Amino acid sequence: MKRNTTSAGDRSFRYTTGAFALGLVLLVVGIAIVLSTESALSISKFGLSFWRTSVWDPVAGEFGAFPFIWGTLYSSTLALLIAGPIAIGIAIFLSELCPDWLRTPLTFLTELLAAIPSIVYGLWGIFVLVPLVRSLQLSLPEWMSNMPLFTGPPYGVSLLAASLVLSIMIIPYTSSVAREVLRAIPASQREAAYALGSTRWEATKVALFAARTGIFGAVMLGFGRALGETMAVTMVMGNRAEVSWSLFAPQYTMAAVIANEFKEAVEDLHLHALVEIGLVLFVITLVVNTGSRLLIWRMTRERRQMPRVTATVPPAESAA
Amino acid sequence: MTMKLFSLRGWRLAAAGACVIALGAGVAAQKQQITGAGATFPYPIYSKWFSEYNKLHPDIEINYQSQGSGAGIRQITNQTVFFGATDGPMTDDQKLAAPGPILHFPTVLGAVVPIFNLPGVSAELKFTGPLLADIFLGKITRWNHADIAAANPGVALPSTAIAVVHRAEGSGTTYIWVDYLSKVSPEWKKRVGVANSVNWPVGLGGQGNEGVAGLVKQTPGALGYVELIYAAQNSISFGAVQNSSGTFVKASVAATTAAGASAAKPCGGGVKIDCMPADFRVSNTNAAGPGAYPIASFTWLLFYESPKNKVHGKTMVDFLKWALTDGQKFAAELGYAPLPPAVVQLEMEALKKIKVQQ
Repeated sequence: MKRNTTSAGDRSFRYTTGAFALGLVLLVVGIAIVLSTESALSISKFGLSFWRTSVWDPVAGEFGAFPFIWGTLYSSTLALLIAGPIAIGIAIFLSELCPDWLRTPLTFLTELLAAIPSIVYGLWGIFVLVPLVRSLQLSLPEWMSNMPLFTGPPYGVSLLAASLVLSIMIIPYTSSVAREVLRAIPASQREAAYALGSTRWEATKVALFAARTGIFGAVMLGFGRALGETMAVTMVMGNRAEVSWSLFAPQYTMAAVIANEFKEAVEDLHLHALVEIGLVLFVITLVVNTGSRLLIWRMTRERRQMPRVTATVPPAESAA
Repeated sequence: MTMKLFSLRGWRLAAAGACVIALGAGVAAQKQQITGAGATFPYPIYSKWFSEYNKLHPDIEINYQSQGSGAGIRQITNQTVFFGATDGPMTDDQKLAAPGPILHFPTVLGAVVPIFNLPGVSAELKFTGPLLADIFLGKITRWNHADIAAANPGVALPSTAIAVVHRAEGSGTTYIWVDYLSKVSPEWKKRVGVANSVNWPVGLGGQGNEGVAGLVKQTPGALGYVELIYAAQNSISFGAVQNSSGTFVKASVAATTAAGASAAKPCGGGVKIDCMPADFRVSNTNAAGPGAYPIASFTWLLFYESPKNKVHGKTMVDFLKWALTDGQKFAAELGYAPLPPAVVQLEMEALKKIKVQQ
């Protein structure tokens, strides 16, 4: 009797939690469906050319998302390149090298960065970063300012300003996850490395190698956040829908154009085109996440396949 | 209404309400909540009006969500709000999409002014319409261009590059600005056109009046546009613009009302320009008259000609009568220009078209 009730409880517990998990999946599917139906007009009118064309003209009813896709991927990738090494460096310092008395306040402070609302970053960007970027551009020597990467008038509001703000915003995410991952690597790993006569750097490398899938996951988490960031980016990016390689050119992102134009979009086609941008962003986020999952999965599998060959590779699962 | 009272107030009030209705006194004793949505540009004056009107009629509560003109038009079309508000009149297509005829009522006028940041130049610059259009088309790129110099004799203009700044988000302010540019420049009309957000040939996008003003302030050589109210409240200096009578006019509340006066005569008898069409869907930029500031426009409230809820309809008609007369005195202090009396008269006449409970 007693066993029966327990198993009934177990079952209902399992069903309830299962329903929660399933609900989340259904929610994602629901979002995809709503985004598709709400952008039907634009999808049927422009088809795949929506991804490739660059004209965004609400008056003429012509919509192409390429400049926004470009701006989003360019700024996020650049942010990732800036933030990734710094965040991993912070994580290594905090988990491996930092003296105990400093660790807690420092961890607290880096995580505090994540708690600052993005509009505050935007304001800071406008008042501090944008003038800095402008004076940086003005101080470039002539031969550099003619390179495609640095051309354009010195506005200050630019791709570079947006990427810098983004990188500061994603550092706390990446570094705190990477730190947790590193801390989850058993101390015995490092001790073993020391026992074999490793230096501190070599022992750290062992821990890093063990944690690499988790660290990769942490970096991708930051990337995902950068893709969707809206407010801070739109405030410092100049909001110009034009594809350019220049770091100093004003550009536009997908999230920013949705936020900016949705409220005042009157024509149905305009509205549908904006929702389709949302759909594109959704698809890109899915692809990025699936891609990084696959990469992590491959890395883990490789590791499992050759545990005996490389003695320094620990079979420990990463925390992420 | 009685049904609503049953659920909201309990039986005692319902019984009281039933008694009142039975006595034939009806409407007055019931608390009314009316919702509208739309343009952000007139939000300060609308919220002032609704709160003042509530002081006069404590049983009437009008809620307004300033979500943008686009949202206002969409919501009244879908009948999710009782009334809408917009900075650009609805197009014929938009009107056809609504389940019933929608009427426009101008409430106040607003103006948009050019602001600039030109180090070394302290004079207040003058602009002509075609000049502004050419700058925003990217055809004039330096401040010492001959056309700018011609409009500003005696001002030493530097060769600084012009950085055009516009609104990043869709906005009624943009609508007024580009509506003006398309009237003074055939090329603008053809290449860019008029809407709340357009495909800008050049320039940077700033968010809101404050974003545009901030970018202009920070960028040497910048030229942008903001609402007159915003420039006035933040003491940002702005340029004068030449109107269609050939006078350079600096924007002010009086100059904006003067612009509205050119739309005071009803259209008809062959007159199509500088007059008021019967449905009030007038584009009032580039108005004539010596004191008229050319980048000025009405902002509108939208109502169904035959509202579903006749009681609310009556209330809003009464409110509008008040707003167009007594309410106008609140406009100037908030930076809006009051309507010319002739326009008010036309509207009072048109209000009779709304089918309400008498």
